Amino acid sequence: MPMVVARGAWGLLGLAGLGLAWQLGHDALGPFVLPSPAETVERLWALIVTGQAGPALAVTGVNAIGGFLVGALLGAALGVTAGLLTPLGATLRPVLTVMLGVPPIAWVVLALLWFGPRGLAPAFTVSITVLPIVFSAAFQGILARDQKLSEMARVVGASPLLSFRMLLLPQLLDPLLPALATALAFSWKVGVMAEVLGGGTGIGGMIATERAHLDLAGTMAWILLVVALLLVCDGLLLAPMRRFLRTRRPAPAAG
Amino acid sequence: MLRFEDVTLRYDDGPVLAGFDLAVAPGELVVLLGPSGCGKTSLLRLACGLAAPSSGRVVNGFGRTAVVFQEPRLLPWWPALDNVAFALAAQGVTRATARHRARALLDRFGFTDADTRKRPAALSGGMQSRVAIARALVVRPDLVLMDEPFAALDVGLRRDLQDLVRAAVTETGLAALFVTHDVTEAVRLADRLVVLSARPARIVHDERNQPRDEPAAMFRAAAALLDRPVVRAALLAPAAG
Repeated sequence: MPMVVARGAWGLLGLAGLGLAWQLGHDALGPFVLPSPAETVERLWALIVTGQAGPALAVTGVNAIGGFLVGALLGAALGVTAGLLTPLGATLRPVLTVMLGVPPIAWVVLALLWFGPRGLAPAFTVSITVLPIVFSAAFQGILARDQKLSEMARVVGASPLLSFRMLLLPQLLDPLLPALATALAFSWKVGVMAEVLGGGTGIGGMIATERAHLDLAGTMAWILLVVALLLVCDGLLLAPMRRFLRTRRPAPAAG
Repeated sequence: MLRFEDVTLRYDDGPVLAGFDLAVAPGELVVLLGPSGCGKTSLLRLACGLAAPSSGRVVNGFGRTAVVFQEPRLLPWWPALDNVAFALAAQGVTRATARHRARALLDRFGFTDADTRKRPAALSGGMQSRVAIARALVVRPDLVLMDEPFAALDVGLRRDLQDLVRAAVTETGLAALFVTHDVTEAVRLADRLVVLSARPARIVHDERNQPRDEPAAMFRAAAALLDRPVVRAALLAPAAG
């Protein structure tokens, strides 16, 4: 427990240092280049109490999480199938590698052309970014599965469904959960990026508007909101997941 | 009845079996004794359908076949109880019944309630082997194939587990094909001893055996077996690869 407290304390120290650097930067460069932390937090508070933050947050949330869910489900399903069926795996692997190599910003541009500046473009961009990340984790997880255990399952006559639940799924979780965590963090960033370029009503759209008004404090306030969202996301989903993965690590064998 | 009829099995680096014939009758514990790498494991893989012969036939007329592999091959994420129940679930037994039967068998194998809830990594090597044997026996097989299941264990543990297997065969009348390269293990367990040559495996000696528990008698029987020139030539030849 003291270790955990100490780690938390160091973490807070790091964040405090960042705040201090921000303040010093503000003092040196002036409010037109870098608004002060206090002013930014004030603006953020104003966004929340005037009811601007809520709806923007909801739009971005739907884009990011909706896009993430579609991309992750498709990626996992395709990855597992491709891992189990060798020809499909051989066919899909280079395609997904190409997809993985396309920078998200290029997808944003394409999505804006295909879907128009509003609507599906951000969610699509998130999905198409998440899909290959989750695909390769699922694919590698299936390829790296323990063949000896699969043989055992075959010999006892386990159905594909039972094998999947008892053997494959647990083996998949180790590579898949960290990939999902990475992909989820990406989802917010990519979603906001697509919104910035496409305008619209999400957080990204708001950032674009503030930028157009050259309102630096407003821009920073929205950015702070995105960061806060990422931290909440990390605390609620990823930290418990990391703890879960640690408990799955087998204890050292006795005897 | 399990029958190998003129079975040939070829891998890329040459034949493992050539014109091999063997029959295992219900209720008998047949020990296959042979040098390392002679193709004993391949015979078991053929018997349980994990491999197919290059030519000839493998006919397994037993209703239910279970396998105990060289390593325990337990599912590391699940407790001992679920590892055993897995074999029953695979046969379509409901979860509650499967767990009940698994618990009863593990109890007979000396597991406390707390032990049955441990995952394999928290169990000793001997306990892991017990779980693997329980997983094979819990389905009440007619034939059990065992591939040097105790090779990695110390002598005392090995004796315990041999007794467990011998008792299961005697009590339930199941047939067993047990592979080993340990001569004393063979004479301790077997109803029938089959000695194989180095690769490609052929039978150089086949005799009825009375399982012996008393150490002096066991070592005498082992010595008598090794006194036969064909057996000595097969077992004491330098290992192939």
